[in-house]
Amino acid sequence: MEHVASVPSWAMLAYLISGVLFILALRGLSSPATSRAGNRYGMIGMTIAMVTTLVTHGIASLPEIAGAIAIGGGVGFVTARKIKMTDMPQLVAAFHSLVGLAAVLVGLAAYLNPGAFGILGADGLIEPQSRVEMGLGIAIGAITFSGSIIAFLKLAGKMSGSPILLPGRHVLNLGTLIAILGLVAYFTQDQSQWVIATITVLSFLIGFLLIIPIGGADMPVVVSMLNSYSGWAAAAMGFTLHNTAMIITGALVGSSGAILSYIMCKAMNRGFLSVIAGGFGAEAAAGGGAAKEQRPWKRGSAEDAAYMMKEAENVIIIPGYGMAVSQAQHALREMGDVLKKEGVNVKYAIHPVAGRMPGHMNVLLAEANVPYDEVFELEDIQSEFSQADVAFIIGANDVVNPAAKTDKSSPIYGMPVFDVDKAKTIFFVKRSMGGVGYAGVDNDVFYMDQTMMLLADAKKMVEDIVKALAH
Amino acid sequence: MDFISILSIFVMACFVGYYVVWSVTPALHTPLMAVTNAISSVIVVGALVASAAEGSAVSKWLGLGAVVLASVNIFGGFAVTERMLAMYKKKEKK
Repeated sequence: MEHVASVPSWAMLAYLISGVLFILALRGLSSPATSRAGNRYGMIGMTIAMVTTLVTHGIASLPEIAGAIAIGGGVGFVTARKIKMTDMPQLVAAFHSLVGLAAVLVGLAAYLNPGAFGILGADGLIEPQSRVEMGLGIAIGAITFSGSIIAFLKLAGKMSGSPILLPGRHVLNLGTLIAILGLVAYFTQDQSQWVIATITVLSFLIGFLLIIPIGGADMPVVVSMLNSYSGWAAAAMGFTLHNTAMIITGALVGSSGAILSYIMCKAMNRGFLSVIAGGFGAEAAAGGGAAKEQRPWKRGSAEDAAYMMKEAENVIIIPGYGMAVSQAQHALREMGDVLKKEGVNVKYAIHPVAGRMPGHMNVLLAEANVPYDEVFELEDIQSEFSQADVAFIIGANDVVNPAAKTDKSSPIYGMPVFDVDKAKTIFFVKRSMGGVGYAGVDNDVFYMDQTMMLLADAKKMVEDIVKALAH
Repeated sequence: MDFISILSIFVMACFVGYYVVWSVTPALHTPLMAVTNAISSVIVVGALVASAAEGSAVSKWLGLGAVVLASVNIFGGFAVTERMLAMYKKKEKK
């Protein structure tokens, strides 16, 4: 490995420092107060890694490289400035796809010019160990790319969010995965172009196949999983290049995505494999329609809600994906402000899987200037529902369904849900009585004595309540 | 560096990642995804190596393509994280 030893030791030190700065970047996110400093550490770390690479690898192609950075950086920067906060899930999915594709391109470049990457063996061929790393890096990168494209299309509403179920898909997927692994193993024996080309094509295909059967509301798990993959792809390339910055970062991002997927699955009480196998909600929606009985429910008005909340002492607001869809977060904050002026204690309760990506609701409320110390996680606020005068549910459904606690046959049984039934009065903002949540199950909360349904677009309803509060 | 030392760094980094990520507050999970996105673009190091190297024109162009993609992510990822983090505010004290 003489080539590798030619990387000067100061450069190895620099890569190590940038790896440490990336760790600090994530560490900063333990609290909103330290998070911005953390982000700066991340930027410094990236600058160190890039400058070190440019200095140690000669600057013969500097104009082209500067141009490439300027083009990419410009596009990225403008997108980041312009994107709406409600579109954040699809932006993150799109960004994942770029990391995946970049990994594939770097892997192919290393295959075509192994000398430059210091992975040529004494026999003039690529070192077998490097071939495995390269093959895996390309495979994971390609899966990340095509999987993220599908996730992006589903999140952006450019493709139906409902699961697409191909016949025999489990056999097909498993077969393709085994074929990819087999080819990576064979690649150590034969470094012909067809092997690497087939690995690339099959991996693009499997990424696509893996994500199409997964429904829209399971996207938090998918986005986290793809986040994790983009990390493992970077780590695999780090092994090929013997680069500590890439390995540390890959491991960080890989574990980060894996932990987020785990948190999301746990919050739905579903196994990771069951989410990945897909098709959730498709069966329930198909079978559940017939047994539905008509039960009495009460319809409330904006005036009722305004009156009850003004008189209340404690109000807990539970936002869900519907709030994001109708962009109701600003109106909601306004409502909260008016209520606070009336002396009402207003709190926001957020379920881990509310929205389309981890932390989605928190960002939207932050955007609307809701202070983060009024926003609570499930376990921190659960005990307060018994003292709540009003539970105000807006755009959420499955996360307040008591069937998760009582009905063993329900598809969402065992999922932790908010104890809204303990509140004295419940207002449920919903577009119509017809629709059911993602899980396709009816919700007993609709028919409870203390529940009033507020049937309207979420934003419109909250605006009407704000108007009614002014009287 | 031999394979074992690289593997050691990798395994240790996985553990560091595990503990650091569990300490991230759930309210910041979206910025966490955005920033991990940005830092995983450190893959740009590999892209720069390919772009700077002589010997294969195709490899060089693949490298430059990867530099463009990774740069979108680096600049976009950090900028969008910065924008989100700036929105998180505490209650105003009156």
